[in-house]
Amino acid sequence: MAFEGLADRLQHVMNKIRGKGKVTEADVKEMMREVRLALLEADVNFKVVKDFVKRVSERAVGQEVMKSLTPGQQVIKVVKEELTALMGGEQSKIAVSNRPPTVVMMVGLQGAGKTTTTGKLANLLRKKYNRKPLLVAADIYRPAAIKQLETLGKQLNMPVFSLGDQVSPVEIAKQALEKAKEEHYDYVLIDTAGRLHIDEALMDELKQIKEVTKPDEIFLVVDAMTGQDAVNVAQSFNEQLGLTGVILTKLDGDTRGGAALSIKAVTNTPIKFVGMGEKLDALEPFHPERMASRILGMGDVLTLIEKAQAAVDEEKAKELEQKMRTMSFTLDDFLEQLGQVRKMGPLDELLKMLPGANKIKGLNNIQIDEKQIGRVEAIIRSMTKEEKMNPEIINASRKKRIAKGSGTSVQEVNRLLKQFEEMKKMMKMMTTMTKGKKRGFRFPFM
Amino acid sequence: MSFFKKLKEKITKQADTVTEKFKRGLEKTRNSFSEKVNDLIARYRKVDEEFFEELEEILISADVGVATVMELIDELKMEVKRRNIQDPQQMYSVISEKLVDIYRGGDEQPTALNIQPNGLTVILFVGVNGVGKTTTIGKLAYKLKNEGKTVMLAAGDTFRAGAIEQLEVWGERVGVEVIKQSAGSDPAAVMYDAIQAAKARNIDVLLCDTAGRLQNKVNLMKELEKVKRVIEREIPGAPHEVLLVLDATTGQNAMSQAKTFKEVTNVTGIVLTKLDGTAKGGIVLAIRNELNIPVKLVGLGEKMDDLEEFNPEQYVYGLFASFVEREESM
Ligand SMILES: Nc1nc2c(ncn2[C@@H]2O[C@H](COP(=O)(O)OP(=O)(O)O)[C@@H](O)[C@H]2O)c(=O)[nH]1
Ligand SMILES: [Mg+2]
Repeated sequence: MAFEGLADRLQHVMNKIRGKGKVTEADVKEMMREVRLALLEADVNFKVVKDFVKRVSERAVGQEVMKSLTPGQQVIKVVKEELTALMGGEQSKIAVSNRPPTVVMMVGLQGAGKTTTTGKLANLLRKKYNRKPLLVAADIYRPAAIKQLETLGKQLNMPVFSLGDQVSPVEIAKQALEKAKEEHYDYVLIDTAGRLHIDEALMDELKQIKEVTKPDEIFLVVDAMTGQDAVNVAQSFNEQLGLTGVILTKLDGDTRGGAALSIKAVTNTPIKFVGMGEKLDALEPFHPERMASRILGMGDVLTLIEKAQAAVDEEKAKELEQKMRTMSFTLDDFLEQLGQVRKMGPLDELLKMLPGANKIKGLNNIQIDEKQIGRVEAIIRSMTKEEKMNPEIINASRKKRIAKGSGTSVQEVNRLLKQFEEMKKMMKMMTTMTKGKKRGFRFPFM
Repeated sequence: MSFFKKLKEKITKQADTVTEKFKRGLEKTRNSFSEKVNDLIARYRKVDEEFFEELEEILISADVGVATVMELIDELKMEVKRRNIQDPQQMYSVISEKLVDIYRGGDEQPTALNIQPNGLTVILFVGVNGVGKTTTIGKLAYKLKNEGKTVMLAAGDTFRAGAIEQLEVWGERVGVEVIKQSAGSDPAAVMYDAIQAAKARNIDVLLCDTAGRLQNKVNLMKELEKVKRVIEREIPGAPHEVLLVLDATTGQNAMSQAKTFKEVTNVTGIVLTKLDGTAKGGIVLAIRNELNIPVKLVGLGEKMDDLEEFNPEQYVYGLFASFVEREESM
């Protein structure tokens, strides 16, 4: 049951329409059926889908699609526009109280990722906004939850406020706030225990924490893989607490993430950030348009481009290109290039962002092994300057030394040298082919 | 004999207390699902197209998944035609019959855990982040210990902050030993240690925790493969169960999880957690249907005794208990 994106789904309908010369209302209806299925498969709540399809249908039947020469593309355009609009603008801002500290409460179901996200948020506040946050361990229920936050605090070199697991979370929050005021923290981030939205006692506890700390932000942390129940959860938390924002986690997975749309539709609170990995810097602003593409299964080209731009130093790229042309590309340059590609993030994730990548047979099985790249780097680093400039001089005894120095084997060193030779040959071909024409820089991996 | 009577007969052979507990545990799931069906059946006087449309929505809202729902609805329509059913009241048994059918796909697969009568049994827990692996291990340790088994835990999540301590707390609660190394160490090495310790101490069941990982992370999946290989190497025939833990709140991505984890670790069963919430985890129907992985355990809360063995008959019975009782009184 491979999930098809909207484009693939509409293709079937388009094939039928083609040759008829005219798009009928029945055709539009059939297209809307596909829109509905695509959204349901992406985990958008069925009620939200219903409303959405109704709105899109109106636009589709009224001119836009029926009169178009490319009705399939037109449908996609309309759907994407509506979806993006529904998702709201970009609002990745965190409130700043004019009477510090600013209090942020993190709430959500069990296992959503609250504690990790609290750590990430603290990291962002310090790194990007130069703020001083205090982390508060208010999950006294889950075994070792306090320890988890304390460990994150240590990793970040940030203080964590805790009173152990025998004091009520309300009291913990209250005392944390007092301490933060006294010691002039800018932010207080309260990590609360995961709880079911239908657990009255525990929901009451959150209301009390809200009461005593008067938070400026209440973030609902939601797992991006959540299914149809997302609406119930979000609605319930929102009604009981009044959310100010949503953070979607685990979006580095391969889920379509339709829950984002459901949550936005029922709570009308902005999605502010998305979690993109387990590391503490993997928190990114939410981009409505990209999310719309993702839900529709259209690949995330924008993210990919942005990552490439952020990672590749323009000057260096030009320099490399020059070297390629003049054939003075050395193993050192190769090393540098590897580093640039790696800066963009884990390679298998990058591949996944390419549109249609999930359709290419075998691509899922391609193993882009980061460790392998690490070994290649280690091998090159173990070479002398001279060896890197002139790999021809690397004889058997040098190979042995390099293998030993890099913790690899002579075979691996051989393989790398051979690959490098091949690469140079390829470059030669490429440069003769494109001579004269101005061509952009290309990664050999992509 | 009606379908429900057969179902009931089958279940009464099982301990009454378990069925009762199951019924109670599923109260919320049952209420919302059966209430919806109940309401649907009450509102319609005829089984028509609209009736099916609403039924489709009810199933979709349980995360059963579009493809499976379509299949189910088609089969129901055929059945209705074949038996010439007009009265919605008759739909109770048709619906549940088909649900059990789809779930079982014909063959009866054992849902009991494969615990060796003699010697060490190793159970490996796998799954994405936050689904409830560690908690389930704590709960299962408690259950097995109550059944008179000696149990040991292996702290194979060396990655997530506080994960080892979390398992240690469970070890203390239940009163079983936890084998661990320091945070950041090689999980395969932890498993090796744990197996040696379990052998030396004549332990019956070793429960192995692993770090949560998203199924699209190739390197992390490779690491898991290695963990499993070490277990296989040390004990022929082990791991005796590889349990994939799934969060009932998860939507269609659970299928992708099941597929990839099955490929990498040859999953033998599913633990469906957080059924005490309002989500139904309907995707397990499709997973059972497509990948033939049975649900073996369900999590119904965060307490030590909130774990039950899964039995599809019991599950459906629990889901439709009120109908069954009604049918009987008729
Ligand atoms: N309500 C409920 N919560 C659960 C259940 N199983 C686990 N949890 C909670 O889910 C969260 C994540 O569980 P954990 O065992 O740490 O997940 P892991 O990352 O897969 O090991 C914790 O807060 C658990 O208490 C369940 O059946 N019901
Ligand atoms: Mg765990």
